[in-house]
Amino acid sequence: MAESSSLIRKLGHAVVDRIWRLGFAARFFIAVLQYSGPSFRRLPLTLREIYFSGVLSLLIIMVSGLFVGLVLGLQGYETLQRYGSTEALGVLVALSLTRELGPVVAALLFASRAGSSVTAEIGLMKATEQLKAMDIMAVNPIARVVAPRFWGGVISMPLLAALFSAMGILGGWLIGVVFIGVDDGAFWSQMQSGVDFRYDIWNGVIKSFVFGIAVSAIAVFEGYDSVPTAEGVSRAITRTVVTSALTILALDFVLTSFMFRGTS
Amino acid sequence: MNRTVLDLWVGFFVAISIAALLFLALKVGNLASAHLSNTYVLHARFDNIGGLKVRGPVKSAGVVVGRITDIRFDTASYEAVVTMDVDGRYRFPKDTFASIYTSGLLGEQFIGFDVGGDEKMLKAGDTVTKTQSAVMLEKLISQFLFNKAEEGQEKK
Repeated sequence: MAESSSLIRKLGHAVVDRIWRLGFAARFFIAVLQYSGPSFRRLPLTLREIYFSGVLSLLIIMVSGLFVGLVLGLQGYETLQRYGSTEALGVLVALSLTRELGPVVAALLFASRAGSSVTAEIGLMKATEQLKAMDIMAVNPIARVVAPRFWGGVISMPLLAALFSAMGILGGWLIGVVFIGVDDGAFWSQMQSGVDFRYDIWNGVIKSFVFGIAVSAIAVFEGYDSVPTAEGVSRAITRTVVTSALTILALDFVLTSFMFRGTS
Repeated sequence: MNRTVLDLWVGFFVAISIAALLFLALKVGNLASAHLSNTYVLHARFDNIGGLKVRGPVKSAGVVVGRITDIRFDTASYEAVVTMDVDGRYRFPKDTFASIYTSGLLGEQFIGFDVGGDEKMLKAGDTVTKTQSAVMLEKLISQFLFNKAEEGQEKK
């Protein structure tokens, strides 16, 4: 009897705890938006964060994009060959990259490459009481530290996703046209007739923008909310990566069902 | 890190990303080619549109001359009303035949214009009166089977 009641108590406690954290996260997100004026007035602050989360992620994003495109080219060719329509390889590679793989895989990589480092940085600043020191010096840590990192991520993410898609299409072209020998003209012309700018590419850009907001918000929140110890920071980083990945995939489902609901 | 070096890298990053977006827009997407500049609207009524889709092509002699913009069901006549944007460079005679064709055996369906000989041309907002519905494979097969069966009975 005592055991079961303590179990229920624990469950209730966990639920209340989660909801409390969600409320805190929402309040924190509003505060970040409220204090994001300085990150645009003092642009160097944000530029520095674009450098750290965007420029330093360039290599991993471009190399992964290229390899995803190569694999898509190979696998797509294998399947299309059975139906004798290998010219459709261009459409296949371009649509799967611009609609889904570009935004989603780039966001997953971005969360583990840049999101985790943002969490670690803010978490360590909290653990070494730098945030408190700023508060005492009448510098708002959300305006000075958190908001520039948030906006740096939001700006970098769509750009990285576009690069990922472009590299992937080049990879698919490399495998399909250069190595296997699909006709170059048919590859590009089928792609152009099958991919619509507003419907496919622009929706992909919107997706990556939403993912950028989600990943950046989670990363700065987990860092700011971390327990200020070495273990607490490491846990916060893990939570950033896990929560970001789940959020990206869930958001992707919701956005896809809104955007691509069949056209007839 | 030096401020100018940092700015340079961020500039480089933004520049190649915008180049990637332009590549997607112009080379991958159809922003450059499929922009039908000045179009006019035509309607057509069909008994059955089969698997016709919005954004599907309108072709004449195999050349894409327009896009399907809307498909509705008319409850007054129980027909499908298809609205098309046709390229302003092309004019079609009043007795143009609009049929629904399938490209290949499993390909997408499109509207094909078979041009007639009328002197008067279709104007913006006109309705193409001569239409042919999509070919239903099931109907064809059943017709063929019934015909065969009747032939068999006549011989007896």
